[in-house]
Amino acid sequence: MNFNATLIGQTITFIVFVWFCMKFVWPPIMNALAERKKKIADGLAAAERGLHEKVLAEERAREILREAKEQAGEIIHRADKRAAEIVDEAKVDARAEGDRLKTAAAAEIDQQLNRVREQLRGQVVSIALAGAGKVLEREVDEATHGELLKKLAADI
Amino acid sequence: MASDALTTSSYIKHHLTNLTYGQFPEGHAHAGHWGFAHSGEEAAAMGFWAINVDSMLFSIGLGVLFLALFRMAAKTASVDTPSGWQNFVEWIVEFIDDSVRGSFSGKNPLVAPLALTLFVWIFLMNLMDLIAVDHIPWLASLMGVSHLKIVPTTDPNITFGLALPVFFLVLYYSIKIKGVGGFFGELAFHPFPKWMFPVNLLLEGVTLIARPLSHSLRLFGNLYAGEMIFILIALMYGGGMALGFFGGLLQLGWAIFHILIITLQAFIFMTLTIVYLDMASQESH
Repeated sequence: MNFNATLIGQTITFIVFVWFCMKFVWPPIMNALAERKKKIADGLAAAERGLHEKVLAEERAREILREAKEQAGEIIHRADKRAAEIVDEAKVDARAEGDRLKTAAAAEIDQQLNRVREQLRGQVVSIALAGAGKVLEREVDEATHGELLKKLAADI
Repeated sequence: MASDALTTSSYIKHHLTNLTYGQFPEGHAHAGHWGFAHSGEEAAAMGFWAINVDSMLFSIGLGVLFLALFRMAAKTASVDTPSGWQNFVEWIVEFIDDSVRGSFSGKNPLVAPLALTLFVWIFLMNLMDLIAVDHIPWLASLMGVSHLKIVPTTDPNITFGLALPVFFLVLYYSIKIKGVGGFFGELAFHPFPKWMFPVNLLLEGVTLIARPLSHSLRLFGNLYAGEMIFILIALMYGGGMALGFFGGLLQLGWAIFHILIITLQAFIFMTLTIVYLDMASQESH
């Protein structure tokens, strides 16, 4: 164990190595580590944010769905109401039309009845005159008794 | 190793001798010439201006290996897809960063890279201890190298070379942050009342000086002792089949245990550095 210039050599070597390590080894590695740490932290924060946004989006989706359902229900309700109205209107129209047709038919029936009645009345007068003429053998003058017979026919 | 008269003590001695390059002293056959020492005594006789070539080579080589590998990861450091090696480097860097954050309260961009360098570098140097004691010196002897110690941290020059710069950093930051007066006050007015400041100064001075000593000697001692045990175990291989087999088991056990020691010693050295610098940076005592 004897000391010699190795001591000086080792001291210089040591200083040079520490200088090199401090200059070219330590900083790049520490930078890379720090940067990665930051990146991971950022990534985690982004993930957290994403999760939060997903929850919000789900809530919004549920809200929209609920509104759509409500709207659909309302539309269906309105449509139902409208349909009922249309049916009602149709019913009223049909009834009115039916009444109109019935009235028209009744009027025509009355007309025809009257016409037939007039015809019959005329024929009855003729037949009565003919009958009475045969019975009375010319005693009944068509001109004189015509008035009486017409009155009779009107009573029929 | 290569000599025929191989005795136990020469084997151990050989393994504990660095490959030293320096000027041969007066009275030597090659006095005044520069060359590799042939023994520990010769190396010691070369005085201060000699250098342990093996320690320096392995120390620098392992340091360069560490910086190259980590620089590779740093250069290709990607935020999104860290590859296998980058993951490993990041794991170590985060571990160091946590240690520094836990022990160092101030803000100093030097401390964490310093801790990283110390930890990985010392770990790698200690790791050389796990390579069987004879393999690399044997290869080197084939190339004509007489001595080779491959574990730089078993050379006190290396551990002091790490602890002394840390000590000077401690002094520098103490004076820079507390001022000369503040630093002196910390040494002189503690733990006894002010009027006993010579005693305080002595106590605190010893404490201060003891720090780099214990800092470096702890690492050196642990690794030196570990290496010693490996060498002693390796001696058993020369003692016949049964003893050799037993030695193999022992070596395996000690190596597994040693994995813990080398990591722990690297960690302790790093942590102490952080703590010393933290104490130097703290405003109040």
